[in-house]
Amino acid sequence: MSIYIDKSSRVIVQGITGRDGSFHTRQMREYGTAIVAGVTPGKGGQKFDDDVPIFDTVPEAVAETQANVSVIYVPPPFAADAMMEAAAAGIALIVCITEGVPVLDMTRVFPYVREHGARLIGPNCPGLITPGESKVGIIPGRICTPGSVGVVSRSGTLTYEVVDQLTRAGIGQSTCVGIGGDPINGTSFIDVLDAFEKDPETTAIAMMGEIGGTDEQEAARFIHERMKKPVVGFIAGQTAPPGRRMGHAGAIISGSAGTAAEKLEAFEKAGMGIARRPKDFVELLRERL
Amino acid sequence: MNIHEYQAKEILRREGVPIPPGEVATTPAQVEQIARRLGGMVVVKAQVHAGGRGKAGGVKLAKTPAEAAEVGKKILGMQIKGLVVEKVLVTAAADIETEAYVGIIIDRASKRAVFMVSPAGGIDIEEVAATDPDKIMRLPVDPRYGLQPFEAMQMGFFLYKDVAKARAAARIMQQLYRAFVSSGASLAEINPLVTTPGGEVVAVDAKMVIDDNELDRRPDIAALRDESAEETSELQARRANLTFIKLEGNVGCIVNGAGLAMATMDLVKYYGGEPANFLDIGGSSSPEKVVNALRIITADTGVKAILFNIFGGITRTDDVANGIVTATRHNPLTVPLVIRLTGTNEDVALAILSEHGFAATSDMDDAVQKVVALAKGGAK
Repeated sequence: MSIYIDKSSRVIVQGITGRDGSFHTRQMREYGTAIVAGVTPGKGGQKFDDDVPIFDTVPEAVAETQANVSVIYVPPPFAADAMMEAAAAGIALIVCITEGVPVLDMTRVFPYVREHGARLIGPNCPGLITPGESKVGIIPGRICTPGSVGVVSRSGTLTYEVVDQLTRAGIGQSTCVGIGGDPINGTSFIDVLDAFEKDPETTAIAMMGEIGGTDEQEAARFIHERMKKPVVGFIAGQTAPPGRRMGHAGAIISGSAGTAAEKLEAFEKAGMGIARRPKDFVELLRERL
Repeated sequence: MNIHEYQAKEILRREGVPIPPGEVATTPAQVEQIARRLGGMVVVKAQVHAGGRGKAGGVKLAKTPAEAAEVGKKILGMQIKGLVVEKVLVTAAADIETEAYVGIIIDRASKRAVFMVSPAGGIDIEEVAATDPDKIMRLPVDPRYGLQPFEAMQMGFFLYKDVAKARAAARIMQQLYRAFVSSGASLAEINPLVTTPGGEVVAVDAKMVIDDNELDRRPDIAALRDESAEETSELQARRANLTFIKLEGNVGCIVNGAGLAMATMDLVKYYGGEPANFLDIGGSSSPEKVVNALRIITADTGVKAILFNIFGGITRTDDVANGIVTATRHNPLTVPLVIRLTGTNEDVALAILSEHGFAATSDMDDAVQKVVALAKGGAK
């Protein structure tokens, strides 16, 4: 088992003919992901790599292929529409990789997706991977190995860093999920932690947060009150100055809120393992497996 | 993106928000002319992207045009939090009876635009939130319907008992919400919103922050950017499509990805060093980006050693290696360089680097410890 995706996931790619979309479609297929269709308006009827059917709209792709997952690589101005189109077409899991989606767009997308009963991961995220089964997004497949640690993170390359160190130390992963670095995203830490708690294959969790907002503090409360499985946490941005956006739109300390110190204190109160350095995950997880 | 008070006021004025008349000046002579045109008492206000302008002496009253010129001379050219004041707003002084706060922010928890209003205005709203939370009313706006008149009226009555003033405030909130949405803001604030002895409700100060992700589709708003108000190195970085923030330390950091960049800075600190900057070269890095990144970092004379920390996913490490070789060919480095690189095309990258006399490690902790020692003047 795993969470959100596995061998049976049938994936469409919105923006399959674009630069990023086509590159990562090939990477996902190479990994073994079942890419059943692509969507690019105006290119319906064509084939991607002489093999994957392309449709003009998501509902057509769903009707023809019974797809249940969509991954979105369309440019920022069209990303909100793409997420809503996927939700309206009945896609159960929508993964939006696109970086730079205006936050006001997300205030409309979030309730829309929820009303349609879909789960959205992202935007501005690396996607997710269930090692050995399916990868949806851009996480490099070769750094992952199957196992029982669930990984959830707001960042991309920092996730790779930690997963790579785990794999080198012989610690495999059940599923790795990048929830994205924007202020409003579809899936929160709590959503993923809850899914890992219910997943029998996952026995411990690595969680990488960063400065900004209160998502990590709320997650810590959830871990304390509702979870039995051990969680090890890390917060990036301990040296970040207040009021400055540290790359991610969501990584900003506003006034005295959202600091690393505040988040680490919440972790401590929740009885979590605290990784001070990325490499600390290895030992802390090994003790807890 | 931050915009100046006078620009925010212009946006609000277009929506109909009552604001005392005012104009921007860059010289004391202009200040005097504007004060004369306005007549009566004026306020001269520094236009810089920093809070606490009043405390820093950047906001002053003047009774006569001559006094306004004098005040303008003092404020123009002064420094507030390291930023030189290039412009002042000269505005008619309002006769103030009460001061309230009205703001809209994007709230991550409710995932909506949320109004915050308080009858305790004129001061830092975070202070009110901490000491007197009952004095703040919060109202999340449903984006599907926008701000409803009854909601605006509830907030109006929270500020004022008098129905005429409550109505005037409610109208201003509708106008503020329209301005917030139409300019793609992530924050819009009127602080203070004042009442005058004549019973008028007027916005005396305004602040707006624009979501950077909105700028591509709003060229009119993007044109409000004041590059003279930005740090030179940060401006250069933005033009080169790099995310860069200057800090006080001496270890220059060049990293791919925001999370890893922050974690790298933290690790520098963990091993006893001080990061000189945050710099994210982004996902699809080209050699060109690396060249620009090195140029910006080496321009900082405080930097004593430089660290590359690259985890190649989308980023090709051979692109980074080529960038390092190109950048140093024409401008050899005068400070030591430590390269940590692993991931996509790592073998090619290592070959390129060793051919040009550079060493690299694949371990992040080793690299950081080494660069910290070098920055302190330790052995190579």
